[in-house]
Amino acid sequence: MALTMTEILKIILLVLLIVCAVSVNLTKTLLQAVIIFMSYSSIMCVIWVLMESPDLAITEAAVGAGVSGTLFLMTLRRIRAEDVESPGEGKTDHQR
Amino acid sequence: MREGFRRWLDGEDDVLAHVMDSEEVPYRTREEIKEERRMVSREADREKGTEVIAGIERRSFRAVYSVAAVVSCVLLIGVLLFTIAGLPRYGMENPRTTEVVRRYVEKGLEETGAVNIVSGLILDYRAFDTLGESHVLFTALICVMILLRIDRKNMRTGYEDYYMIREDRLFDMTKDNIMRGVGMIVVPCIFLYGLYVLLNGQLSPGGGFSGGAVMGAGFIILAAAFGMKPLDRALPERRIRFITFAALSFYSFAKGYVFFTGANGIPNRIPKGTPGAILSGGLILPLDIAVGIVVAFTMFGFYSLFSRGSIGGE
Repeated sequence: MALTMTEILKIILLVLLIVCAVSVNLTKTLLQAVIIFMSYSSIMCVIWVLMESPDLAITEAAVGAGVSGTLFLMTLRRIRAEDVESPGEGKTDHQR
Repeated sequence: MREGFRRWLDGEDDVLAHVMDSEEVPYRTREEIKEERRMVSREADREKGTEVIAGIERRSFRAVYSVAAVVSCVLLIGVLLFTIAGLPRYGMENPRTTEVVRRYVEKGLEETGAVNIVSGLILDYRAFDTLGESHVLFTALICVMILLRIDRKNMRTGYEDYYMIREDRLFDMTKDNIMRGVGMIVVPCIFLYGLYVLLNGQLSPGGGFSGGAVMGAGFIILAAAFGMKPLDRALPERRIRFITFAALSFYSFAKGYVFFTGANGIPNRIPKGTPGAILSGGLILPLDIAVGIVVAFTMFGFYSLFSRGSIGGE
């Protein structure tokens, strides 16, 4: 079964999507998690275009990759947790 | 009791004043706060002896916690996969699910006047959903305002945030040449694109929500690169609130008119226009603009409240 270029691209993007989704959970710091989450949204945006829903793609690019990432970053800055290790073991309030 | 309730209703008395309010924090300087933190951490060091027991408890808690997390994740994934298995296949004909869709696809252009069927769908057939969506956004903005707004009244109690925000203002990105240079080039393009997406909602992909989100991102970059000052003159907080409120009420009244006429069989007098022209689609263009305004200002308001604790300047 020969795959067309679009199908190959789709498969690559879906694999990347899963990789992103898993690595958000596995990253060390919260800042990295936010950045990977934003790249997840960018990949999702391309997938929306391939699935022929450009309306959603525009919204995903603006909200998912742009605004919500910015809001996450602002929140991290406000609670001073840009370089905090992921929850669980680790430093608490005193580390500020 | 009844008297108290009436007083509370009139806003004279706060019943929960002594229950809910945390004690008032006295005003302290930065050094005093630092000293207090040092004391707290020293005390924590002294209590390290008791931590062995606490450590064991924490370890068993962590074991239970990770098992519970894995189990709930697997359960959730199972439920979702089971639901997906019940869906009709991608692109398959299924009378139960395609009946409505076919009506939208076949009669959409005729009934809504919008070339872009998605716009016709979300702002005509299902405008009620979009109305609720806009209200959710507005409510979220109000909640963030209640929680994060910093003004003269609560500056003293939120002294820590106040210091941090003052710090932020000192080390503003607005002095950064790269930020300013990129902003200078990018911001006009973003606004132009946002306006295009917003105003062409009935013709091409996009519409109120996407266009509004793009413009909100433009506002955010503008504020990050050039500070609040240029925005503050054009859009003080009062005006932002008023414009958002006006857009929401316009949406509600316009849609209320359509619902009323539709439900009572009165002919709708709003012209549909020629499909394909910019002024087509009846109410879709004005509704797009209203939704776009709400979304753009909500995004900008979130950013502004998260970063500075106020919309606009000081």
